[in-house]
Amino acid sequence: MSERNDPEHAEQHIVGPKVYGTVFGILLLLTATTTGVAFIDMGVYNAVVALAIACIKAALVVLFFMHIHYSSRLLKMTVGAGLFTFIVLILLTMSDYISRAWGMW
Amino acid sequence: MDSQTIATAPEEQLPGGVGRHEHPSFLRHHFETVGQQREAASFGMWVFLLTEVMFFGGMFCAYLIFRNWYHPAFVAGSNTLDITLGTTNTAVLICSSFTMAMAVFSAEMRRKGALMLFLVLTIFLGLVFLGIKGVEWHQKYVDHHIPGMGFSIQEFVHPTNPKAVALAPDMAEKTQIYFSLYFLMTGMHALHMVIGVSLLFFLLWRASRGAYTEGHIMPIENFGLYWHFVDIIWIFLFPLLYLISRYQ
Amino acid sequence: MSATIVSLPDQATATLPRKSFLNQEYGLKSWLLTGDHKRIAILYLVSITFFFVIGGILAGLIRLELLTPTADLMATDTYNKVFSMHGIIMVFLFLVPSVPATIGNFLIPLMVGARDLAFPKINLLSWYLYVAGGLVILGAMILGGVDTGWTFTTPLSTHYLNTHVVTAAMGIFLAGFSSIFTGLNFIVTIHRMRCPGMTWFRLPLFAWGHYATSIIMILGTPVLAITLVLVALEATLNIGVFDPTKGGDPLLFQHLFWFYSHPAVYIMILPGMAVISEVISTFSRKRVFGYTAVAFSSVAIAVFGFFVWEHHMFIMGVSQYSALVFSLLTMLVAVPSAIKIFNWSATLYQGSITFETPMLYAFGFLGLFTIGGLTGIFLATLGMDVHLTETYFIVAHFHFVMVGGMLMAYLAGVHFWWPKMTGRMYPEGISKVSAIVTFIGFIVTFFPQFLLGYLGMPRRYAAYPADFQVLNVFSTAGASILGIGYLLPMLYLPWSLKYGKIAGDNPWQATGLEWQIQSPPLTENFVEIPIMDHEAYDYEWLANKIEHEVQTVG
Repeated sequence: MSERNDPEHAEQHIVGPKVYGTVFGILLLLTATTTGVAFIDMGVYNAVVALAIACIKAALVVLFFMHIHYSSRLLKMTVGAGLFTFIVLILLTMSDYISRAWGMW
Repeated sequence: MDSQTIATAPEEQLPGGVGRHEHPSFLRHHFETVGQQREAASFGMWVFLLTEVMFFGGMFCAYLIFRNWYHPAFVAGSNTLDITLGTTNTAVLICSSFTMAMAVFSAEMRRKGALMLFLVLTIFLGLVFLGIKGVEWHQKYVDHHIPGMGFSIQEFVHPTNPKAVALAPDMAEKTQIYFSLYFLMTGMHALHMVIGVSLLFFLLWRASRGAYTEGHIMPIENFGLYWHFVDIIWIFLFPLLYLISRYQ
Repeated sequence: MSATIVSLPDQATATLPRKSFLNQEYGLKSWLLTGDHKRIAILYLVSITFFFVIGGILAGLIRLELLTPTADLMATDTYNKVFSMHGIIMVFLFLVPSVPATIGNFLIPLMVGARDLAFPKINLLSWYLYVAGGLVILGAMILGGVDTGWTFTTPLSTHYLNTHVVTAAMGIFLAGFSSIFTGLNFIVTIHRMRCPGMTWFRLPLFAWGHYATSIIMILGTPVLAITLVLVALEATLNIGVFDPTKGGDPLLFQHLFWFYSHPAVYIMILPGMAVISEVISTFSRKRVFGYTAVAFSSVAIAVFGFFVWEHHMFIMGVSQYSALVFSLLTMLVAVPSAIKIFNWSATLYQGSITFETPMLYAFGFLGLFTIGGLTGIFLATLGMDVHLTETYFIVAHFHFVMVGGMLMAYLAGVHFWWPKMTGRMYPEGISKVSAIVTFIGFIVTFFPQFLLGYLGMPRRYAAYPADFQVLNVFSTAGASILGIGYLLPMLYLPWSLKYGKIAGDNPWQATGLEWQIQSPPLTENFVEIPIMDHEAYDYEWLANKIEHEVQTVG
């Protein structure tokens, strides 16, 4: 039974300041990027880029600050389940709006 | 994969046995080992965060639809927000996530002083965030952009800023929806921050009495999860609310 | 008289165990501040019954009004309030917590071999939230009630509001968190607190059913919470998200509301199905046929249940294309439920069936839930739904699955585990009568409503065309019979606490860890954490054990 799946030992991997510091730096960088890019006209892709950067930032926080990278499969699947349900809410609701009332005005 | 047993067999409970934890005071009686308790608590916190994801998810769903329907109104509304304050707040929260992560590390390293320092820093940064938010909301109040409190569409129909696009009155009315969502989402987020900061004061007090630097890091760890989650919500709120077509 | 499997200790000498969770601690505080999942289950049992009675009285008022074609018993506005409160109370204060909060709370730790749920304090908190929510909802009722239906459709509940929707919404918000915390506790307990040897596939199907239910509670209820907040804000501050005159969309409310409320019906039925698995196995003396299929179908129902909510909105103005998609998805969700019915039937086949009261209720469930479920397929069909929706066909459909299905399963579970919870048997004779009366009463009440709906009688109307009166009279007559069926257990179950026969550890000779310990159990459940070394529903293991007469220490 690998350590990763042994729940009593999975969390004993202590994440150190170096990892935190690196992630912290990247997050600040991405924040500056997001704001900077907002002033460049890319039409509809502005929203795409902004959301993409937000997703990367969120992923970094979840993986490293919240230790999911080092956690058991159960916790990884739990995060996945939450994301999945949220996406179901958005996609299936959109299926109604997109076919009825998209960009109405 | 979870078809393996979880709790240890009763033999490890015998006194003088190989038991690595001879019943520390923080082990609750319905758990067999500290490891089981810690895993359960951590898992429980994650399941709770799932509920928070779906709670905010409903708001994001509403936002998505109305942004698509009334894009010009959303652009106009977004451009009235102060991007400097917004970016600063984002940076503040990211710093607070860093200090919170360092607090967890300090607890794991059993350094009480460091733990308290990082908790204090997290509290401070959280309060800075809330302060800046207060300033921003006050600005909205002064600008008559709070729905239900003397909301005015003048700014949008006859914009003072020469670069801004003037909206037709019926589209300008829709900025109310933008601001309703703005206050709902940032308000709900701020409420979670307030709860977080309050809990941080409690944790700080307990930390000062050495509660978390003797192997029992669970509460700090789990609170950290909550705090990072609130940060993540803001990571999404910021571009969605503040950065709509800023190049105009 | 058919054979019985009941095996009681010699009544002349039997006594209740000296120590049990009921007497290991005394006093009001020991109950109101308890962390013991069994005591919390009893607290829930009492409070749920209280709200059920109120909801039932409201149902009686509805049926009384519908005896005549005109709105003569009460004004139409009052009638609107009566059926709205009936729905709110029955859905949120009875059906959602019924099995999980009472039987689930009591049994899940016992079934997985743990001393308690993962978070006992949160368990207690969930009860207080339930009571608080219930009181707020009662408060809304006393203040004047809600007339929008339990579905709070906007803009009636926001822009045109003249009743206590906000109060009721806040009560439901609190009750919703009670549900969330229960689900959270179950998920963590089932994942992390199984005893040595208890693999996932050795768990009783009751645990699987509650696991699936808890997934829905966790992922769906928060969306209801935010929807209620939005309704409250819309009603008080007029923010405009649901108001067409401000550019909002009333359908957005419905999407968000039904995103929870459809999976909610699976929150309501899955625990009932979980009970049925246990009861059918025990009273056929047979392992549940296709254990894996039943286990996975529980989870499948939970997952698929999130994909179908728009079928409540087919006539509300959603796009035809999305309606087609959701219609197809709704057909799919029927499959796992059907799988369960087939597997239970296969379990019965060539089993040694006996007809104790829980089994009578289970048979009732099988028949009535199947009928209700099949009518669901009619409703999933887009073309039929356009005609049948918002008629009494819908009312009949959901009462068949919820009352004919879930409530029967709840009663089956209460009777089945009554000896374990209290140490005493309920009186078998009158309970059998009660089960049969309930079944007959149910059919007479609700079957005519299918016909009424098909013939075109709309739901939520106090007055109706005179042609419909005969069927309505039948329905009301059935309701009075049904009422007796529900009243009887409320009389004989408390009676049995004092006068019932001593049950002993395992009166049903059932498998399952909960039956291998004393009745009622000790506060700490097990003297020693058990080691699970056999499969679920292993009647051979049980026969061996009884043969060797291994007694658990009381």
